[in-house]
Amino acid sequence: MSSTVSFIDEVAATPGGRNIRACIQCGVCSGTCPAGDDMEYSPRRIIAMIRAGMKEEVLSSSAMWKCMSCYLCYDRCPRGVRPTEIAHALESLATKYGYKPRGTKNDKMYRSFVNSIKNNGRVHEVGMMMKYYLTTCPFSALKMLPVAVQLFLHKRMPVKPERVKGREDLAKITRKFQQIRG
Amino acid sequence: MKRFNYFPGCSANATGKGLGLSVEAVAKSLDLELIELEDWTCCGSTPYNSLNEEESILVGARNLALAEKNGLDIVTPCSSCYTVLNRDNNYLKENPSFRQKVNTALAEVGLNFKGTIRVRLLPEVIYHDITPEVIAQKVKYSLNGLKVASFYGCQMLRPAGFENPENPRSLDEIVEKIGGQPVNFPMKNRCCGSSMVIAESKLAYRQIHKVLKNASDNGAECIITPCPLCHVNLDAYQGAVNSAYGTSFNIPVLYVTQLIGLALGINTSYLGLNTNIVSPAKIVDKILAQGVKSGT
Repeated sequence: MSSTVSFIDEVAATPGGRNIRACIQCGVCSGTCPAGDDMEYSPRRIIAMIRAGMKEEVLSSSAMWKCMSCYLCYDRCPRGVRPTEIAHALESLATKYGYKPRGTKNDKMYRSFVNSIKNNGRVHEVGMMMKYYLTTCPFSALKMLPVAVQLFLHKRMPVKPERVKGREDLAKITRKFQQIRG
Repeated sequence: MKRFNYFPGCSANATGKGLGLSVEAVAKSLDLELIELEDWTCCGSTPYNSLNEEESILVGARNLALAEKNGLDIVTPCSSCYTVLNRDNNYLKENPSFRQKVNTALAEVGLNFKGTIRVRLLPEVIYHDITPEVIAQKVKYSLNGLKVASFYGCQMLRPAGFENPENPRSLDEIVEKIGGQPVNFPMKNRCCGSSMVIAESKLAYRQIHKVLKNASDNGAECIITPCPLCHVNLDAYQGAVNSAYGTSFNIPVLYVTQLIGLALGINTSYLGLNTNIVSPAKIVDKILAQGVKSGT
């Protein structure tokens, strides 16, 4: 089996990528995407690259990490391809293979977010943001200070995380799930 | 009295404090019984789905299985929780082999996903199950022609929404019924910039600026939104966007439930209006100044 076939097969086997073969390259997704101009490759092009087997280029790209999950492309795609979900599938594959996207730190923000869920059962927004800023760009933490202060003064930034018992459940079910999936 | 499993989402007690408070207050007035799902965990939102799709569906399955115990549908006020839990619910219902793996994992904590309930968004429940007409009958303070820009955002409408995502009307209808005047607002179904406001702030600021400008250009006295993330971006970041764009927007951003609560005459302290960063004082005064509407 050539590598061209195997990458699209791999994407099509993910929950988000299951409709990728229906794409007719019409470009409605790219035309409709509010972040399209900021992406390294447009959504339509990413799908073409997946078909061309360009696994390395796709998974190391920052394009999908700039998807804002607005679902405009998902809604307007005439073929039900669900490009938004393809973006999530590609981010998940990139994470699985250890690719670090060039030119965005959004992957690190997502990591802080998910770690916060694993530690507490619920997201602790302040802790998650502090950790992200301190480990990636302390300078922008200073720039964001006025927003944080306002949120704090308006009682929207509880300092203590809400730790729930459910976090232990999450640890148990994810461990078992990883075993089953192998 | 209509009963639901209530899934507040993580924001409702933090950055979305005004949402959590106003939902509780308004639900009582509208005869909705919201039973908070015991020991719920985060829905996972976009980040979990983006780092590990399959595991994020498992995390959603736990919440869904907890809710299935009493058989009541889930209602959440958060657009992101709605999108995520709905996707998980549908994917699990449609994919038996995946569901089987998920259930093997859930068995570790004595749970099982069956696919017996629905996930609903609170504004949809208010619109369909309560209806704008019934809300209108309960109005104590008419909005008195207040010009309101209804910002639906994305995930209330797409992918799982209940109305035309290109020209949604539900919130505008509610505004009309409680005495407000919906303004023309072409940006109403567009993206607020989402959580990109943290790591890709330029991209998010551009979206926030477009939304605020569009509301302002059309003479809105306030914006309403159902979503806690849209609210943070439009309200808490309004100052930062003003600095970045050299603008001077000063538009109060209220939760749909805060505005309904004002019209219903609920005490402002129960609506969490003191947690709004752009002060809504001007519009609150305008609504309350007219006195109680007679005949209600």
